[in-house]
This record gives sequence, C-alpha cells and structure tokens, in this order.
Amino acid sequence: MSLDNFLMMRHELVLTLAFLIILVAEVFTGEKKKEKFRGFAVVLFAVVTAIGMLPAPEGTLFGGMYQAGRTTTLMKNILNIGTLIVLIQSFTWLGRPENRDRIHEYFMLLISTLLGMYFMISAGHFLMFYIGIELATIPLAALAAFERYKNRSAEAGIKLILSSSLSSGILLYGLSMIYGTVGSLYFADIAARPSTAALTILGFIFFFSGMGFKMSLVPFHLWTADVYEGAPVSIAAYLSVISKGAAAFIFIIILYNVFPVIIDTWQKVIWVIAVMTITIGNLFALRQKNMKRFLAFSSIAQAGFFLLGFIGGSKLGMTTVIYYALIYIFTNLAAFGIVSIIAEKTGKESMDDYDGLYRTNPKLSLTMMLAMFSLAGIPPVAGFFGKFFLFAAAAEKGFYVLVAIAVLNTIVALYYYLLVVKAMFINKSENPITYFKSDFMSKLGLAICIAGIVVTGFASGLFEMIRNLSYGI
Amino acid sequence: MADFGYTVWILIVPFVTFIVLGLFGMKLKARISGLTGTLGLAIVTVLSYATAFRYFLGAGLADGIYQKIIAFNSTWLTLTDRLHIDMGVLLDPISVMMLVVISTVSFMVHIYSLGYMKGEKGFERYYSFLSLFTFSMMGLVVATNIFQMYIFWELVGISSYLLIGFYYSRPSAVAASKKAFIVTRFADMGFLIGILILSFTTKTFDFVTLTDLNGPAITSTGGAVFLGMSVMTWSMILIFVGGAGKSAMFPLHIWLPDAMEGPTPVSALIHAATMVVAGVYLVARMFPVYYFAAPEALQIIAWVGAFSSLFAAVIATTQTDIKRVLAYSTISQIGYMIFSLGVSGYGGPEGLGFMASNWHLFNHAMFKALLFLGAGSVIHAVHSNYMTEMGGLRKHLPITNITFLIACLTIAGLFPLSGFFSKDEILTAAFHHDKVLFAIEYLVAGLTAFYMFRLYFSIFHGHDRQYDHTPHESPATMTVPLIILAIGSVFSGLLPFNRLVTSDGAPFESHIEWSVAGPSLIIALTGIAIAWVMYRKENTLPDRLASTFKHSYKWAYNKFYIDELYLFITKKIIFRRISQPVAWFDRHIVDGTMNGIAWVTQTVSNRIKGLQSGQLQQYGFVFVTGAVALVLFFIYLIK
Repeated sequence: MSLDNFLMMRHELVLTLAFLIILVAEVFTGEKKKEKFRGFAVVLFAVVTAIGMLPAPEGTLFGGMYQAGRTTTLMKNILNIGTLIVLIQSFTWLGRPENRDRIHEYFMLLISTLLGMYFMISAGHFLMFYIGIELATIPLAALAAFERYKNRSAEAGIKLILSSSLSSGILLYGLSMIYGTVGSLYFADIAARPSTAALTILGFIFFFSGMGFKMSLVPFHLWTADVYEGAPVSIAAYLSVISKGAAAFIFIIILYNVFPVIIDTWQKVIWVIAVMTITIGNLFALRQKNMKRFLAFSSIAQAGFFLLGFIGGSKLGMTTVIYYALIYIFTNLAAFGIVSIIAEKTGKESMDDYDGLYRTNPKLSLTMMLAMFSLAGIPPVAGFFGKFFLFAAAAEKGFYVLVAIAVLNTIVALYYYLLVVKAMFINKSENPITYFKSDFMSKLGLAICIAGIVVTGFASGLFEMIRNLSYGI
Repeated sequence: MADFGYTVWILIVPFVTFIVLGLFGMKLKARISGLTGTLGLAIVTVLSYATAFRYFLGAGLADGIYQKIIAFNSTWLTLTDRLHIDMGVLLDPISVMMLVVISTVSFMVHIYSLGYMKGEKGFERYYSFLSLFTFSMMGLVVATNIFQMYIFWELVGISSYLLIGFYYSRPSAVAASKKAFIVTRFADMGFLIGILILSFTTKTFDFVTLTDLNGPAITSTGGAVFLGMSVMTWSMILIFVGGAGKSAMFPLHIWLPDAMEGPTPVSALIHAATMVVAGVYLVARMFPVYYFAAPEALQIIAWVGAFSSLFAAVIATTQTDIKRVLAYSTISQIGYMIFSLGVSGYGGPEGLGFMASNWHLFNHAMFKALLFLGAGSVIHAVHSNYMTEMGGLRKHLPITNITFLIACLTIAGLFPLSGFFSKDEILTAAFHHDKVLFAIEYLVAGLTAFYMFRLYFSIFHGHDRQYDHTPHESPATMTVPLIILAIGSVFSGLLPFNRLVTSDGAPFESHIEWSVAGPSLIIALTGIAIAWVMYRKENTLPDRLASTFKHSYKWAYNKFYIDELYLFITKKIIFRRISQPVAWFDRHIVDGTMNGIAWVTQTVSNRIKGLQSGQLQQYGFVFVTGAVALVLFFIYLIK
C-alpha cells in the first residue's frame, strides 16, 4: 500500500491506532492514575479529529470494498466532532468512583462503534456494510449496560442487543434477496443491474427496516425510549446523535448510490414512514415526564424530519441532511449535556424537577432554552435554518402534502419543547434544584454546543461548502 | 477599481460596541461606557470620511461617472439560484453621502450626550442603544439589496423604539414608543409586501440589477394590470408606504411628534437627521425604477410630499412645545425632500430634483440636528419644554443663542446659508414640473420662516420668566457640537452637489435661478418680519389673531384632529365592529378547533401508550409486523 492508500483510510487507521494505544495503556496505568487517563484519552481523540481534517486523496480500495470521497470525509469529520463533544461531556461522569476502573473500557468500546460507522459510511459492498453495522452495534449494547449494577442499565443493554439482533436478521434476509436477484453485493453492480422485481422491493424493505432500526423510525423504534432511559446519559446522547447521524448518512448514500432505479418505490416508503415517525414520535413525546425519555421521543420525531431531506433524491436533499445532522449534533448534545450535568449533581431526571431552574441556575436554563428553541426550529437559531432547508428540499420535488404534515407537526413539537422552557422559567417550585457550579469540562462541552447553535445558522459559507460536497441522483 | 473592503468595519465597530456595552456596560463606570461608545463612533467617522474623500475624489469615478461599487458581499440565504439574500456594502454617491451624514451627526450626538445625559440612570444602556442605532442605520444605507435594507430597516425601528422609551418609567414615553413602533411597523408591512411583489416580478433583490436601465425591473412591461395600474407600480407604491411610515409622511406622521418623549439628543439623531430620512433614501435608491417603471407612483410621491410639507408647517405655527414645533418642522422639511424626488427627472439637468433632494437632506441633517441640540441646551437650562415658560434667554445662553439663530436663518433659506441653495434647487425643479405644487412649496417656505422665528423670538427674546434658578450656558461637551454643526450648516451649501450626487452618476451644470430664488428670499424675509412684529416683544397681537381666526387656529392647534381621527377609527370602528367579532370567532371557533385537536392528540396519545409496554417480545412483534405490512402494502397495493 502506498502512502496515498493510508491517507485515504486515515479515519479508520487512526481510530484503530487510538484503540490500540488505549488497550496497551490500560496495562501500564496504575490504579491511582486511571482517573487522570480520562484527560489523555480526550486529548488523544482531539488529535484523531484533527488528523481527520487533513486533506487526502479520493478513491477505492480492496477491489471496491472500500471507497473514500470528499462527501464521506465530511461526514466522518462531523461525526468526529460530535463524538469529541460527547467525550468531553462524559468526563465528570467517568470520574465517579464506581466508573474509574473501567475508563479504558469506555473509550475502547466507544471507539469501536465509531470505527464500525466509518466502515459503513465507506462501504462499497454490502458485506463490508454488514460488518460495519455489527461493529457499530454490539459494543453499544455493552456501553448501554455500562452501569451494570443498576437494573435499568442492564435492562437497556439486553433490550438493545436483542432488538438489534432481530433487526440484523431481517436486514441480512433482505440482503440475501437482493443478492438473489442481482447476483452481486457490490454497490456498483446492484446500481448497474436495475431490477424492479417484487423480490428486490421485498429485499429493499427488509434492508430499510434494518436502517429504520438504527435511525429509530416508526415502527422500528420501540427500543429507543427504554434504552435511552436506562443507559448512562452520555451513551444515550451518543445513540441519539452520533449513531443516528451516522445511520442517516449511510442511508442516504446507499439510497443515492445503490437504489436510484427504484426511486419511485422508496419515495413512497419514505413518505409513509416519515409521516408515521414524526407524528407518533410527537404523540409520545407529549406525555413524557422523564427528561431522557422525553429526548428519546423528540429524537424519534427529529429522525422523521431527516427523511424529508431523503425523499427528493436531489443534491439539495443530501446537503440539507448533512447540514441538519450537524445542527442536530450541537443542539441535542446541548440538551443532553444539561440533563447530564443536572443528573450528575442532583440525581434528578424528571421534568417536574426542572421547575424554577431559572431562579437558581440561570445560565443552564438559558442554554437549555436555546437548545429547545433550536430543536423546535425557532429563528434565528440554527435549528430554524436546518428545518427550513429540509422543507425546501422536499417542496422542491413537489412533496407539498408531506411538507404540510411536517409543518403541522412542528407546532405540536413546539408545544412540548416549550413545556420544558415553561417549567424552567415560569413554574414555581417549593424545593428547586439548588445552585451549583459546573466543572470546566462540562462548561467547555456546553460552550462548544452553544457556539454551534448560534453560528451554524448564520455561517452561510458552511452551507455552501456542504452543498459543494453533496450530490444528487 | 480601488479597494473599499475596509468599509465593512463601519458596520462591525458599532456592532461590537453595542455588544460590549449591552453585556458588560453595567460593570463599567458610566463615564467609561460613554467614552467607549464615543470612541467607537470616532473610528466610524474617520472611516466614513476617508471613504467619502477617496470615493468622491476619484476612486469612485470611471469614465467621468460615479460607479456603484460592491465593496463587500456575502451570500447569506440562497432561496433559488437567482433569488438570494446577501449581506454586503454598496457604495455609490448617495450611500457615501449618507455615511458622512450619519457618522457626523451621530458623532456629535455622542459627544453632546456625554454632557446632556450625565448622571442619568441607564447611561450605559443609552450608549449601547446609540451604537445599535448607528450600526443599523449604516447597514441600511450600504445595503446591497432590498432585503438587507429591510432587515436593517426593522433594526432601525427597534432602536428607535428602545430610545424613545428610554425613560421607561414615564407612561407617556412608553405610550410614545409603542405608538412609534406600531405605526411604522404597520407601514413596514406595506414595504414587505411590496418587496415580495417586486422580487416575484423581477426575480431579484439586488439593487444594482434592479436599478440597471437594461435590467428586468425597468425593461419589464410592468406585469399584469390591477385596478388600473401595473403590478410593478403597485409594488413600488407599497414600498413607498414603508418609506412614508419611517419618514412620517401624512397620514402616517402621527408617531413623530410623540416620539419627542425620548431624550433630546436622540430626537436630534434619529427623529431629525437620520432615521426619518430613510424614506427619502429609499425612494432615491430605487429612483430609476420609480421614474421608468412606475411614473404614477412618482406622481403620488410628489403630492404626498407636498401636502405633508404644507400640513405640518401649518401645525408648526401653533404649537408651544418647542420640540414639537421642531418635530412638525422636520415633517415639513422631509416633505420637501420627498416632493423634490417626486418632481425630478432622470439623467443630467433633468435630474435636478434628485440632486436637490439629496442636497437638502444633507443640509437639513446639519441644521436640524443643530436646532434639536440647541433646544436640548435650552431645556437643559430651564427644565421645561414650553416656549410660554421661556424668554430672554439670549443673555444667559450666548452660544446657544447664536448657533440657534444661524440654524433658524438656514432653515428659512437666507443667502448665503446652505438652506438657501438646496431650497432654491428644489423650487426650480418644481417650477419646471408643476405650477400648483410650486405655489404650495412657495407658501411653505414663508410659513417655515415664520414659525422658526416665532420659536426663536419666544425663546431668546422678550423678558425673563420666573426660573427656578438663573439659567446658565451648557458645558463644553454640549456647546462644541453646536458650534461644529453651525459651521456645517453655514458652509454645506458650498458643496458641489451637482457634480457629486446626481441621478445617473454623471455631473451636470446648475446655477442659481434668481427668478425663482429672488421671490423665495422675499417670502422668507416676509415670514421673518411677521414673526418679528408678533413675537419680538410681548404684545397682544398673537392672541387677538388667534381669537379672530378662532376655528382655524383651534384646528391647527389640535393638529387637525388627526390623532383623534385615528383613535376614532381604531377604537370605535376597528375594535368594536371588526375586532370584536373576529375575537369571538378566534375564541370560539379557532380556539375550539385547536382545543379539539389538542384533545384528539392527547386521547390518541393515551390510547397508543400500550404500544410502549416495555415488553421486548412485543417490540419484536411490532417490528416484524411493521416490516411485513410495508412489504405487502408496496408489493400488492401500490404497484
């Protein structure tokens, strides 16, 4: 392999290297130094992120099994940034006595899942894709069960692993049907030999259900709330943002590159699933009192909004999906970051506990308000621009009814996002959460998110850049 | 072409001072925040003057014509390939001239306020708002496209609202700020609709494209005809409605006199020299479109301007609150400028009205800011707004007296002060266009001289009133800006506007037309003479006149009951006849529907909660059933 080949795979190679460094470091780290290792690992990951930004050639490797282009590089960089924020936010939680001896484990598992996602994004063959999806899922189940002494965490782990094995099974079944009709699992071959046979559609929908599981689309979403609630907050955040964002990226790549021929079919499937996902996600989010469950259902509804970018099959569609994912990373991580800080300091996770938060912790409340406004899509924060472009992408291809339904749903969504704001600013409480000072890493994590929420919407250059790297069918 | 990229700092600097003073002003000493704001403005002023010198002395010229230069541009929102919202800096003669006007007056007001607002609660808030205003106003004038202009237009409205309501503990100030905001906002709705129609017809927001003589706006046939006028004309009329709201033209003028509740330097900056001329600037900016594509709209503009100038001048003769006299005088003078654009042609000597309007705008900014700041100095000395409580102040306030007199002579249009030149050009343009309008403006010139000297004599002549303490001259921070502005008022008439600011960018020859200027001088002198007789020394003549023309005096004193008319229309007709039924409809039908939807949502949400049981086997069941259902649906039904 030449240097170019190494550079092409630098995301995966550097992550593997980081994994090995942490593995070896565990052996040499004494009991007392384990706590300090957190800082080293975060810095290590920051270096990984920086290396990912380096310019590199495009091309394919391993006879077409692996492909790297400017779009995939962009996607991986976005995921890297998001993961870095997650790691910064989990810093305090990792410092707890019961987690200290497993800090290395946490980083290794997280890095493996990210590696799996990268292989999925760069796959040029469904087998490679499948290996990626397993690598991305199985360590996540272990992470969800990270606080295994807690029943809920263990439950989250087992639910995730069982649900995902079911979804993998169906996905593999679908892939076998596609292989049956086309005779190859290379993306290029499938795209080159168009088939609209019923068997292909059957295979596609089974494949779709597997992706629907990863993105938690209705009706493949039922695991989401239970897992988010039970898993540690940082893992829930990771699931809702990175794992979901990666799934959205992979899905759009495969739809555009592998299934352009049956676009009529998948547009209809996506239409139905989008309406169901947004509506049902909203209906469930309305009634949640636990903040983590609330964010779980809100993230289901948000996944439905992503589908509006998919449906047109246009360049603008891909642009908006990537752009929205970036905004969504900052926004949702800000929300999860605050839930995490409060859970860490007080152990409270219910929305009622947030009553009167503004009086005691004004800065946290304002940040949460910003995040909620961005999730609801209120101008001028970034979420508004994200939704605006998603709707524009769907409307551009004439899906007016879908856009209308989505707009109506944003009103319902606005209601429940404002419930949180109302709790913090208007409701009064007998015993509100008392004032506390956050540590540096928590503040840093939130500061990055706030900057992202405020700047991303106005930085038109960013949107243009993503647009130049995107493509349509 | 020369590089003007640095002009973007004219926007950045005041914005940064706004943020700094807004967020951290509370922690700074009042003096420091005032000086920070003033220093920021000093930088802006230097940059603006440098730009003006470079632009007018050659850098803006190409083939003897002043070019439109895009000094900075950044695309913000892309709607379609042709329709996108940009943020940028456009330099052309009128925007560069406005840079000079805004920075000069704003800088003077910043210095003046150091003395005037000293010791006020919220000093740093005041300066942060001033910075916000300067930022918005600069953004408005350098806008490269009509949408950017609209955004800054609204920002200007907000800063005006904040500054009028600066003394928010006074109910009258709060009411005035709300009135100003609602009235201008109402007009801005017309502006927005106009922009939407215009961009729909021309498929562009960009000023350079819009005003291009071969561009889509001017060459288009104007689109479909609606109520006898083309869609293009309608859009331009609606855009002018926005301008009329900001520039307080009849019948949208009612907010401006009340806006005098704000601090006096604010009145000088926003409600005399800069923001209220935004409407004039808007029409000037879009002038080629008005002239070529919407001549009917231009006709309306001329009449609105002429009527407003007369109407306001009549009211000004009867008011006793000195700031209100100046407010009506402002409406009257802006009426002049708007009128002058309305009677102008395009290109060369034809565009005399265009040039005169901008010239008058420039001169007016100087002398009206001077008048307001002088009035502020008087109010500062006697703690009253009413001329009935003033008199004989020339002994106590010598500098204010002289500068105020200069300003009064300038606005009256006496040779060789600046007001004479621009007013003469306006009258000449009117003379060649329409004799009726010309006659109206002649009358207004006389009225202007009369009410200004009524004001001057009542304040500075006559005998002393019973003052709480002996009035004394204001500190140097206040008198120095007065002197500087007085010098500006005297000499700005010597600027060669006919070479610099013209409708098509090309210089043309113009000279004083004594056949017009001579009679106008006589009329002005007559007005001054009448004021001399009536108000120089106290006598009973004004009262006797008032009782002779009792009814007309009362009408004018009560501002022709326009405010009452508005109240009648809004309270009696709109609220009772329209709003109440609509409110009923809203409360019962609309809210009922919404509550119904909410009820359905909640009920459905309750019903389907069983789906989320926590049972993993059920999750698996739903998963597989969902997938199979989709398959069956798509293979057998849709296909």
